[in-house]
Amino acid sequence: MSIRLFRIDDRLIHGQVVVGWGQPLDVRFLVLVDDEVRDSDWEQDLYRMGVPPELEIVFASIAEAIDRLPRWQGDDRAGILLTGDIETMASLCNGSSLVRQVNVGGIHHRSGRTERLRYVYLTDQEARRLKELAARGVDVTAQDVPTARPVPLAEFS
Amino acid sequence: MSELRGVIVSHAALAQALVSAVAAITGLGDALVAVSNEGCDEAQLAARVSAAVGAGPAVLFVDLPGGSCLTGAVRLARGRSDLAVVAGVNLAMLLDFVFHRDVGPADAARRAADAGGRAIKVAVA
Repeated sequence: MSIRLFRIDDRLIHGQVVVGWGQPLDVRFLVLVDDEVRDSDWEQDLYRMGVPPELEIVFASIAEAIDRLPRWQGDDRAGILLTGDIETMASLCNGSSLVRQVNVGGIHHRSGRTERLRYVYLTDQEARRLKELAARGVDVTAQDVPTARPVPLAEFS
Repeated sequence: MSELRGVIVSHAALAQALVSAVAAITGLGDALVAVSNEGCDEAQLAARVSAAVGAGPAVLFVDLPGGSCLTGAVRLARGRSDLAVVAGVNLAMLLDFVFHRDVGPADAARRAADAGGRAIKVAVA
């Protein structure tokens, strides 16, 4: 089964991920790749609060994720790997050839970003970063929930 | 000390609908404030919740026992005795809460959670 979704979502672990994607994909483990959360027991406890006990959560730094990705890809269970920003996912892609598809699930408004989709706001630099990933063969699409149409990068970058 | 208020933090328009329902039933229109996470990242949601709480005290009611609404509320309440958080908000707990705001946030939160839990019934044929 392995990692079924590599998702960029600045809300990290939330309803769309746990329920919206987790249920139809029958997800049994979540990997949150975030160096800050990895170093904070309090933040980890906070994210654990809302996850059903049958769903395992793994907190990993970027370096740990690159190292452990082959093991997760060989896991019998279905999983979702999450990052909170494009840069973290790009670092993961740089460090491992196992990331072939990236789902842009939610990047919200912030100063300097412009609206590309209802749930995707990007700076020009962030849009370029996604195009760089695509140029290296990673399939980048935007899709907030499974019932929505996957939007190709060309339509939102 | 300011009067205890309730701040409902929810997905989409649920919080506003609950505020409207409580006002329609009780006539109390100023005890609750609605916050939606629509279009927010974590920082933006935190700013919305913080603005709704104001100087406190307050009980933060969130819709799901997990996710961005809960994490935002718990982050804000961390280390603050004038705030308490209840997850799994329902109309029954809010109706009880608005009439029992003469206690501290922690006691009000416990009472509201108890009222909300007791209101859940199952009817089968």
